[in-house]
Amino acid sequence: MANFYTDNDDIRFLFRHYQLRTLADLMEGDYSDAQKYDSAPENADDAVDNYERILDVIGQISGDNIAPRAEGIDLEGNHLNDDGTVTLSQGMQENLKDLGQADMMAFTLPHRFGGLNCPNLVYTMSNEIVSRADASLMNIYGLQGIGETINAFATEEQKRQWLPGFAEGEFTGAMVLTEPDAGSDLQAVKLRADMDADGNWYLNGVKRFITNGCGEVLLVLARSEHDRAGGLGLSMFVCGRGPTVKIRRLENKMGIKGSPTCEMVFNNTPCDLVGERRRGLVEYVMSLMNGARIGIAAQSLGISEATYRIARDYGSSRVQFGTPIENFPAVRELMVGMKMEIEVARSLSYEACWNVDHENYVLIKLAEGIEDKDKLKEFKQASKRLKRINGMMTPLSKYYASEMCNRVTYDAIQVLGGSGFMKDYACERHARDARITSIYEGTSQLQVLAAVRGVCGTGEKYLLEKEEFPYPAEVKDLLDILKAGREKMTEAIAFVKAQPGTEYMDLAGRRLCDVAIMLIVSHLFLQQSVAEPKWNDAFCQSDKDGRNAYQELKKRKSIIANKYIRTNEAKINMLLDDIMRGDRSTITEYALIAGDVPEL
Amino acid sequence: MAYNIVVLAKQVPDTKAVTGKAMNDDGTVNRSALPAIFNPEDLNALELALQIKDDNPGTKITMMTMGLPSACEVLRQGMYRGADRMILVTDRRAAASDTLATSYILSCAVKKLGKVDMVICGRQAIDGDTAQVGPQCAEKLDIPQITYVQELLDLKDQTITIKRSVGAGWEKVQCQLPVVLTVLDTANIPRPVAARKMMKFKKAHSAMELAKADKADLADALKAKGLLIEEWNLDHIEADLQWCGRDGSPTKVNRIQSVVLAASGHKKIEPTEQGLRDMIHELIEDHTIG
Repeated sequence: MANFYTDNDDIRFLFRHYQLRTLADLMEGDYSDAQKYDSAPENADDAVDNYERILDVIGQISGDNIAPRAEGIDLEGNHLNDDGTVTLSQGMQENLKDLGQADMMAFTLPHRFGGLNCPNLVYTMSNEIVSRADASLMNIYGLQGIGETINAFATEEQKRQWLPGFAEGEFTGAMVLTEPDAGSDLQAVKLRADMDADGNWYLNGVKRFITNGCGEVLLVLARSEHDRAGGLGLSMFVCGRGPTVKIRRLENKMGIKGSPTCEMVFNNTPCDLVGERRRGLVEYVMSLMNGARIGIAAQSLGISEATYRIARDYGSSRVQFGTPIENFPAVRELMVGMKMEIEVARSLSYEACWNVDHENYVLIKLAEGIEDKDKLKEFKQASKRLKRINGMMTPLSKYYASEMCNRVTYDAIQVLGGSGFMKDYACERHARDARITSIYEGTSQLQVLAAVRGVCGTGEKYLLEKEEFPYPAEVKDLLDILKAGREKMTEAIAFVKAQPGTEYMDLAGRRLCDVAIMLIVSHLFLQQSVAEPKWNDAFCQSDKDGRNAYQELKKRKSIIANKYIRTNEAKINMLLDDIMRGDRSTITEYALIAGDVPEL
Repeated sequence: MAYNIVVLAKQVPDTKAVTGKAMNDDGTVNRSALPAIFNPEDLNALELALQIKDDNPGTKITMMTMGLPSACEVLRQGMYRGADRMILVTDRRAAASDTLATSYILSCAVKKLGKVDMVICGRQAIDGDTAQVGPQCAEKLDIPQITYVQELLDLKDQTITIKRSVGAGWEKVQCQLPVVLTVLDTANIPRPVAARKMMKFKKAHSAMELAKADKADLADALKAKGLLIEEWNLDHIEADLQWCGRDGSPTKVNRIQSVVLAASGHKKIEPTEQGLRDMIHELIEDHTIG
């Protein structure tokens, strides 16, 4: 009996650290759905109680059912049939059946379509829990943004056609975007969408590297305006699986082998336009970005948590030189490094979710229409502010979590030594699964590119807001370190902005993002170490023996905050000093250092 | 064809979570130190019932348990997975019932339900491991029983065909409904809780639970929503009191011993065919295995 939620103290701690009642209010509004749907909550407490029960259920399914199947799924992979259909591995079919029966496949959809109407923060917690059990399952479970996109932009009729199927566990979806010549650069998409005389749309062309392309609901980005190159010629279409959609090839991958990565051929496939023409990429795909980035961050967290636990077990039981190896400082350094990095990524990602949930709410309200002028102004301002913050926080989360995942899976194998290199331990699988996380849904380099403008624009303001938190006097010396870091970051940003062109900003991007992450997470840790719980259940109350789980974890966080802030003080200075040296040799001396650049 | 199924479930202390505090000084179980859970094989019984319901639309599953109001949790857990009705059989006069009295009381309650096609329960409960209640219920209901159910092979109209374990092999058994089935933990993997049903039925309570929480006034509102757990007492099920509780329980506990296993010394087994053979022989001799 394993439960990947209840055995994870950090997630349980953060569940109580965030004011989930606020998110419940955003999701449920006036709670009038409770009159119509008997599973809808009656008030905020009811909703938060549901959230935790849902996490408990998915924790149990992940621990008891999904995790034991992961190795078999990795070995078996998926099967491409002669008729262009795909048969998922046995274990994956069972996983999807379990998740469907548990009502988990419409996690964030509204009650009226059979969804659980949970905020992104809770969905992200569940996504990490599922990924810990099997990273490749996340590639299907974590594609629930497809339902969200339909819910946000499709017609009522389309919603009714597609959404209940997700809730019933009958449908899974695919985002059909990438093509052989349109990877990171989606503006180059070529797949044709043509309308016949009766106004019906048809798709023709090839898509590649499509995760779960064999799913039942396909959201396809296609060129509907043939006289227009670039992103504004693209529209979004929805279609089902059928004889005109064939899977031509299943990719043979390094990791996440349970997830079918498809090359697809559309041959006069009937489809429906979603939303308006020409807004496919620029609006609808972009709206998916926050969720997609956080999804990969959650997957990275799950993989890291799984592999860290194996390393910890091994380190505490493997005896060499007469003692468990984790008694050696060099191994302790690896363990503490892994554990802290995981918690950094988790805090950063949850903070991003918190803001995304607020932005989603504001966008929905604006789309519904607000009559009151002052209120409209207020919402528009909030929308702008949150868009800026999320434009920085979601790529930072994805960048940090995925890179962290690669480091942690590397270090876990290091702890296991020769055994880690063998397939006997799941660490080997985790390392293979980890590798894609910093590549897909935008490489780390693209995340940095997306985030650095945010860091240079809104970063300082965001940190100033964080400094306004009512910290107690005893953390003043830590706060002073953070203030000094923020001031120096501002100085470095000014330096970068003063350089001609944007090239130097891109060159300094990774270093600036690293500094921003350290400063933001320092505040998050510090807040976690001083704030009282917002959800006061048994976990936060003292038991018969006077033990209080929440308070113990809070105390632990103060040690972590202290360590994190003091360790990074020197790193932040080093990175910023380096940026302010203004060294451009990576660009100017490229041919000299890397070798001559061949002409294309 | 639609069937009426009763699933008998028991709330038990989680014996897998045993800690140093699990036993009282007098050798009895310290129930407060162990989390109360749905008896694992009763979940397999419920799963079998749910599979029958999946294949036979219109089938109704009634969850029934006997115990204190706190046992309502297993009834709710049953509803979270897809059961249709909850009945708590509870009565102070049923306290200290052994398996004979328990099966008598449960059989009276099942009779009260009217026409029932199948009574399904787990093979045994992890707190007593007797495996007696299911078979005794069948005897008292005077209907056939198939124990150690591994697989439902066929169910057509009023005929059921079952594969049952006989330890070292299988037996294929067929009989007419109604029948009592006791199900093994290897028969299936119980389905997970369905979140939407959980969000609804977490609010289901029995009148005694409400009274304890000082919320007795909510009973009517819950009833209107189908969320009031039915409570049946011994009068309601027309049980003869002489067969219930302590009076109806011939089992007398003579002595409870707290056995502490302590390792004393170790023995080296040679890693040879002969060494292994000797070890197995010794284990069979002292009844550790076999």
